[in-house]
Amino acid sequence: MTTHDTLPAAPALSRRTSPYRMVRRREKTIGWLFATPALVMYATFVLLPLLLSIQYSFFRWNGIGPMTWVGLKNYATIFQVPNLLGSIVNAFELVVFFSFIPVALGLVVASVVHRVAPGRLGAAARTILFLPQVIPLVAAGIIWGWLLALPGLINQILRGIGLGAVTRAWLGDFGWALPGVGVIGIWVVLGFCTVLLLTGITKVDPGLYESARIDGAGWFTEFVRITVPLLRQEIGVCLTVTVIAALAAFDIVYVTTAGGPGNATAVPGIQIYILAFTEQRIGLASALAVMLMVLVLVVILPIQRLSREIP
Amino acid sequence: MKVGRSELVTGRVLLVGLMVLTILPFLSIFTTALYPSGTVPSGIGWPAHPQWGNFVQAFKVANMTALLASSTFIVIAVVPVSLVISTMAAFAIGLLRISGARLLLFLFVFGLTLPFGGIIVPLYYLERSMGIYNTRLAIVLPLIGLYMPFAVFWMRAHFVNMPVDISEAARLDGASTWGLFRRIHLPLARAPISSLGILMAVWTWNQFLLALVLVEDPSQRTMAGALGAFQGHYATDVPLLCAGTILILVPTLVIFVLFQRQIIAALLQGAVKG
Repeated sequence: MTTHDTLPAAPALSRRTSPYRMVRRREKTIGWLFATPALVMYATFVLLPLLLSIQYSFFRWNGIGPMTWVGLKNYATIFQVPNLLGSIVNAFELVVFFSFIPVALGLVVASVVHRVAPGRLGAAARTILFLPQVIPLVAAGIIWGWLLALPGLINQILRGIGLGAVTRAWLGDFGWALPGVGVIGIWVVLGFCTVLLLTGITKVDPGLYESARIDGAGWFTEFVRITVPLLRQEIGVCLTVTVIAALAAFDIVYVTTAGGPGNATAVPGIQIYILAFTEQRIGLASALAVMLMVLVLVVILPIQRLSREIP
Repeated sequence: MKVGRSELVTGRVLLVGLMVLTILPFLSIFTTALYPSGTVPSGIGWPAHPQWGNFVQAFKVANMTALLASSTFIVIAVVPVSLVISTMAAFAIGLLRISGARLLLFLFVFGLTLPFGGIIVPLYYLERSMGIYNTRLAIVLPLIGLYMPFAVFWMRAHFVNMPVDISEAARLDGASTWGLFRRIHLPLARAPISSLGILMAVWTWNQFLLALVLVEDPSQRTMAGALGAFQGHYATDVPLLCAGTILILVPTLVIFVLFQRQIIAALLQGAVKG
């Protein structure tokens, strides 16, 4: 990335006084004009609200009346109210479905494609598995809301294979709603992980796979010995992107269950929305928002570090 | 090479199975959309009398013409501006290496981890005080800001790998900083700019939270935001809801099929560079 950090050193002496040198110096200042518009938009619509979130989190405020300073009380409330703390627990459960399972499954699928379907079938698999990734999450939510409904496809299949007894309105069930939402996440994210990991595999020296196969290595040996260790970086990227998306989940949950039944599927994004826009508790909503942002950073940093380390 | 026959078969069956599982949900809403409006159909199955008219009805009740116009307007307002200002900033950071470039880059990269939900509440109050709440600008302006981390990061990766000789030659020829950007480097950056543009267009089209919170009138929203409102009204009329969902999916799917290679490549490179 940083191969051109320094200018070639050869004619340095003559450049010290040359116009070239002055041009470079002027560029370093004028360049700020180039960066300013992006910085202004970013500062106004991202950094400023971020600071305001932190500020609001120390106040009690209903959005209209005066703001009352309450110190850290909003943060304490999050830890005391089971629904709010529960939303963070739910977010971590969703990480399993939105991140761990698709990454693991994606690894398997990518290695299978690489091994048995290098041609047209592989290309078709790549395109089709990727489809759910490009549609709006809201649409994915609506589609699966119907699939998981009482008369929907999932129950139809279950009845078809003689499991009529277990059919239910999956997203209305206290125990099954969260895994139900999780399944939607798997459907959406799997293609992304598969294709990303597949590009990783194609970068691995083909000789490694060839010699393993000449030695008679089966799929599993190849998978554990070559694919997983050498895709460390891609796995890290995949985990980072999907974990952020999982912790920030909103769209799918909002359209399928809106956090229900009860608070079974309420995630921080949903609770922030409800607290701020239906209960008018801006301070508390902001405290949860700040916690969510810190949480993402805390979870992401170790993943980043692990995947960058060279074994 | 030396892949056994049985393994070949198992592997391929697994892949085809997964592909069917991925497609099945789309098929299910498609057949459901053909049942008479207002009835409760079953998961999948061909109706006795397919109601193709459902699509026409959904097109009307969802006010699809207005939605398409609104979403298109938002995309056209967001994407070019974002492309221009992020490319310029990335040029300053990655190629001119302005003083403080590292710090600036860090500031932008930090934004990559930010969930939209983290800033949505203050954004709402901020936009009320700016007087842009409930207009399309309420979606357009914050989206431009929110795309900056990714866009700057993405374009910087391009500029940082540009050979120095190119800029050097232009400078020695007396090109101004703007000339260096406009004449030399902008044309060279066409490929990363176009993939970034496609990506941001799809993300904008699919943006839900900002539309939901910042714009009350569905006809001023993005496609995804409008779909949310449509679902609110027609949640009980499953065939109509499915027909509406399909209509809203069609543009995205068409774009995906047309630009498949660029979209996939862009998403992946974006992730890897992150």
